[in-house]
Amino acid sequence: MSADATQRAALAPTGLVAVTRRHWIWPAGVLVALLLPWLFFDWSTHRHSGFVLTMLSEIGLMAVFALSFNMQMGQAGLLSFGHAILFGLGGYVTAHTLNAIKAGSLWLPTELVPLAGGIGGLIFGALFGYVATKQRATAFAMITMGLGELVAACALMFMGFFGGEGGISTDRVTDTSLFGIPYSSSWQVYCLVVAWTAIAAILMRLQTQTPLGRMANACRDNFERAQFVGYDPRMVRFYQFTLSGFFAGIGGALYVLVYEIVTFDTVAAAKSATALLATYIGGAGSFFGPILGTIVVVLLQSGVSLLSNAWLLYVGVLFIVMVMYAPGGMMGIIALHEPVARTGRLRELVVPYARLLVPAVLAVLGFVLLVELASFTTIGAAQGKAFKIGPHTVDAHTALPWALGAVALIGSGLWLRWESRRFRARWDALIADAKAKGAML
Amino acid sequence: MSDVPAISLSGVHKSFGRTQIIRGVDLDIPRGQRHALIGPNGAGKTTLFNLISGRFSATSGTIALNGKSIDGLAAHEINRLGLSRSFQITSIFPRLTVFENIRCGLLWARGYRYSFWHLLGGQRALNEEADRLIERLNLQGRRNVPAGLLSYAEQRALEIGITVAGGADIILLDEPTAGMSHSETEYAVALIRAVSEGKTLLMVEHDMSVVFGLADVITVLVYGEVIASDAPARIRGNKAVQEAYLGTEAA
Repeated sequence: MSADATQRAALAPTGLVAVTRRHWIWPAGVLVALLLPWLFFDWSTHRHSGFVLTMLSEIGLMAVFALSFNMQMGQAGLLSFGHAILFGLGGYVTAHTLNAIKAGSLWLPTELVPLAGGIGGLIFGALFGYVATKQRATAFAMITMGLGELVAACALMFMGFFGGEGGISTDRVTDTSLFGIPYSSSWQVYCLVVAWTAIAAILMRLQTQTPLGRMANACRDNFERAQFVGYDPRMVRFYQFTLSGFFAGIGGALYVLVYEIVTFDTVAAAKSATALLATYIGGAGSFFGPILGTIVVVLLQSGVSLLSNAWLLYVGVLFIVMVMYAPGGMMGIIALHEPVARTGRLRELVVPYARLLVPAVLAVLGFVLLVELASFTTIGAAQGKAFKIGPHTVDAHTALPWALGAVALIGSGLWLRWESRRFRARWDALIADAKAKGAML
Repeated sequence: MSDVPAISLSGVHKSFGRTQIIRGVDLDIPRGQRHALIGPNGAGKTTLFNLISGRFSATSGTIALNGKSIDGLAAHEINRLGLSRSFQITSIFPRLTVFENIRCGLLWARGYRYSFWHLLGGQRALNEEADRLIERLNLQGRRNVPAGLLSYAEQRALEIGITVAGGADIILLDEPTAGMSHSETEYAVALIRAVSEGKTLLMVEHDMSVVFGLADVITVLVYGEVIASDAPARIRGNKAVQEAYLGTEAA
């Protein structure tokens, strides 16, 4: 340790205070998660909003799933197209475990049921990891895709374990709680989901700081170099994959506790794609990226899907835009601002950003109008609904709304281009200043 | 100390398809020797390196490290026998910091294996060892910079650092000073001399001042065959070498 670092260590406060001060984001996150549902609490009926609790639970369990995906993607450079098989199989193991507890053939506290899913994910992770990690890069991606299809096919073939199309139903109220909590209400389950999301996220965070976690980074960067410092890259991939299966399994277990059913779509390609989308949108290069991405994707999924048939299209467009213009995801965009923040000139970006925002919002509105009109003429009209913007009914078969959407999209698109050029100039000046002041790394 | 050579090659051949690159090399490098491998472009120096370090396997012949045959061993298994190498084209972990690069070079040698239960932040002895090596490399000012952002010479120094970090007793350096300026080269030579103290060093090098300044013995490889292997002074006076190698450079 350098003298400077030793001095800093000596000055730092010790014990719980120091841990809280350095890692405030964790208790703060748990606190926000526990307080948020109360904003939607109905005081007249004394009930939580079921919709909000389900959505927040979904964010928690999908965040665990996306983080476990990023253990492979971001940390080890392993792009998996079949990560949901570990999530789903963890879910099936959990459902069978709950049913065994209910039947009295097994005793396990409800609070520890997610561990059953984790161990299921770990075992299947070792099994599939043994096959997939023989290769890396593209070949690895192809193998995981094949494994994903294989398990999805099995889910419809082996009725005993997978329950066919109907899946496996279960009952989370098993009277085995350590704290006497029945877990009959959504709120009680939500608290369990928050606790396990926090535990799993902290463990995954710590795993990045272990020898295995670092060597996963090293093999991602340069697998040949890793060999010449004594590591077998294949074993690094294997252990990383297997551990990632453990956490994906915990995510699957939380899914079962929330929904009390597990069906074959938990192992399907669409589920794997959700983790990939969330990770890319949030940023694979940062630990917290997948959590941020999950929040966005689940909000689109649960919120926008109520308003629009085309929500999946919006997720897709967001994904393409992020990959094209911000390959580092949302966390990458935040990180880009760090040098500017170090020079203390972040405030000078407020006006340029506001000027970008106006045409950007208009362009999005124009795009949404066109998409909704198109989706209405094919789906909505068949359902006998009217196309409404606020209280006004719009006739989707006249040219006016289409022209309006097209003009808004194209016009503000051009405006956005023009503004972004000005923004670029401002940005480059600030970065040049940061460089001159040595605020860049 | 036994008299088993650190590196021993006998009758080593290597072909790629029908092209013979190494045509029967016999070479013994005793422990503790600084040995340079020179020869014109395409002579097979890097190929020979790749054979000794297990990147490729030989078509025929045997290669032994400290008397132990490495036939069929993977690169990481050869590394665990105590051989470490650098690459002609810089090979580091670009997205990890300088400190983490060096620490990754130490992990296996210090017995951490595939541990996911040690937190690296708490491994004081390991971290201090990494920091000491960074100081020897004169990279302490760049400790927390991603290695991909270093200058070329700094990256070469870092690569030497990763190579020697684990304390391997046989070190292979492939053109460690390639592309360096005169002063950078001088610094690199001093660094190599210091870190290879008491170890067996085999290096490929084009810069003759480095070769003659550093090596105890020089082996000249031409078209996949050893045409001479001797002390620097006698290599300088060797007719065949002058014709095949030094002569072409003087011309």
